[in-house]
Amino acid sequence: MAFQYFVPHYLSAAIYQNALNWTIIIGIFTLVVGIGSLISLHYDKIARRKEHWPYSVVTMVALALMTVIGLWSPDAIQNPRGLFMHLYFFVLAPVTATMFALLAFFIASAAYRAFRARTVLATLLLLSAVIVMLGRVPIGEYMTGWLPEGLRFSDIARFILDYPNTAAKRAIYIGVGLGVAATSLKIILGVERTWLGGGQ
Amino acid sequence: MVRTPKKRLPHLFLSTFLLFSVSIAQENIAIDKPDSAFQFRYEMLAPAPGPPGDIAAKDFPNDPGEAVLVTWSNAPGDNDVFHTVDAYLIYRSDNPDSGFVLLSRIPGGSNSYSDSDTSLVNGHQYYYKVASRYAQDTLFSAVSGAATPSAQLFHTQRVVVLALMLAFSGFALFFIFHAKRGKTMYVRPIAGINAVDEAIGRATEMGRPILFVPGLGDPSQVATIAAFTVLARVARRVAEYQTRIIVPNYDPVVMAICQEVVKEAYTAEGRADAYNERDVYFVTQDQFPYTASVNGTMLRERPATNFYMGKFYAESLILSETGFVAGSIQIAGTDELVQIPFFVAACDYTLMGEELYAASAYLSQEPQQLGTIKAQDIGKLIAIALMVIGAIVYLFSPQAGAMLSAFVQGG
Repeated sequence: MAFQYFVPHYLSAAIYQNALNWTIIIGIFTLVVGIGSLISLHYDKIARRKEHWPYSVVTMVALALMTVIGLWSPDAIQNPRGLFMHLYFFVLAPVTATMFALLAFFIASAAYRAFRARTVLATLLLLSAVIVMLGRVPIGEYMTGWLPEGLRFSDIARFILDYPNTAAKRAIYIGVGLGVAATSLKIILGVERTWLGGGQ
Repeated sequence: MVRTPKKRLPHLFLSTFLLFSVSIAQENIAIDKPDSAFQFRYEMLAPAPGPPGDIAAKDFPNDPGEAVLVTWSNAPGDNDVFHTVDAYLIYRSDNPDSGFVLLSRIPGGSNSYSDSDTSLVNGHQYYYKVASRYAQDTLFSAVSGAATPSAQLFHTQRVVVLALMLAFSGFALFFIFHAKRGKTMYVRPIAGINAVDEAIGRATEMGRPILFVPGLGDPSQVATIAAFTVLARVARRVAEYQTRIIVPNYDPVVMAICQEVVKEAYTAEGRADAYNERDVYFVTQDQFPYTASVNGTMLRERPATNFYMGKFYAESLILSETGFVAGSIQIAGTDELVQIPFFVAACDYTLMGEELYAASAYLSQEPQQLGTIKAQDIGKLIAIALMVIGAIVYLFSPQAGAMLSAFVQGG
């Protein structure tokens, strides 16, 4: 891949595209292995009546139901009024949205635990969080709209996000970029082999 | 006969109205006069229509031989003042004398076009001509010289990137070589990595399992590979202490690799029989259903320690908050910038960005691995130097700064 980045020749591009295609094909075959692993796990729980085995029954029934319905209809995905897409839109999508919606409450609980003024740095974090949160909503403008420009919550929030926050983000990006290069080099040179699953 | 004041009013009103109407009409006519005069002078001064000049066609640089770059100088009237050219029409042929086919129409103001038509054949000669389209005329340029799309062997605009990459590799090899010769290298302690052994010991004492979440990435992402290296170290400890480890996976390829990693760790510790393949399993390739499954596992199995290593997205806070509710000690590591603050807020220890990549070196303390960390430090010094130089150059000359930036970034 590194070679392809510097060599734009069509042979190099063809090799790269071929490697990508093989990755996709291998990924599809390993999906079969993954589903086998899932079935094996839950079948074992059901067969041995392990703790919480009814959840495994629900998982297996859902897996079987969606598979059968999807294979039964030739146009399962193309037909938005079919049973398969009905199950997708009216069961899976709302459940997924529900999980996503939990994020709002978890943000509140995490903020309540994390933003405590115990040390100087924690106090700075708390103050900047309050300013940025208020600066992004109308009530912040209502509270500080009478102040001169530059001293309002929205202006300070924009300053915090544009300068110190951006600087920190870029610093982390530089570190991540160098880390990616170093890890890739370790893998190419064979210094790092644990990901192969093999021994020393 | 003398008119009474009441009888004078209608006449007074009518005359006032007439005078007012005449003055308004005169005013309107007076406004029209400058517009039409201006339009008249504008049309007199606009240059006569003409074809575009200096047409040239050449192979598109730094490509696999699939494009031709056509350039020309703007036709008369195509400038910031007049805008009389509506569009340019691009024609192509295999023959300089005939067979020209319209390729594209681009708006006026342009003076280049990249022909990346899929029918272009590498090594074949093509000829181009450009027509400037005015309101009344369409005028054709001369035919360009032959252009042959050909593949380049090296991307010339990326020479700086190559130089920096070779320099970084050289530093890495140098420090690896130095470390192999016995030179000790200091690396600053990272709390999250130092806490790994303690966290595993906690799980062993409490008799509860360890949950390792390798993230939502696939094996092509470096963060996921870094997660494998951490998993290998953790699995070795887990096998040694005979604690249970649970690894739910988002990607089936990651699952296959994690199974091999954990199995090998158990085998290396001489406890191959203790390895349970069902503890390293595939869940689903859907983000929030995967999150729901892992949350359920946390609340049912009550792991003593949770590791979140790899690529995470919106589910990071959901996972870590649920882990908090379950009473687990949590160590997270990701290079996904937006999720780092969530992990910092909700987890006990967080490895940020490159610390995740360095975790393997920290845990193993192998000299070769520590050498690459030193090389990363040199790389950061070079990056800082380039930033300072760039800032100074930009301060004195923004144009020179922009050129330096474009040169370093490459194409």
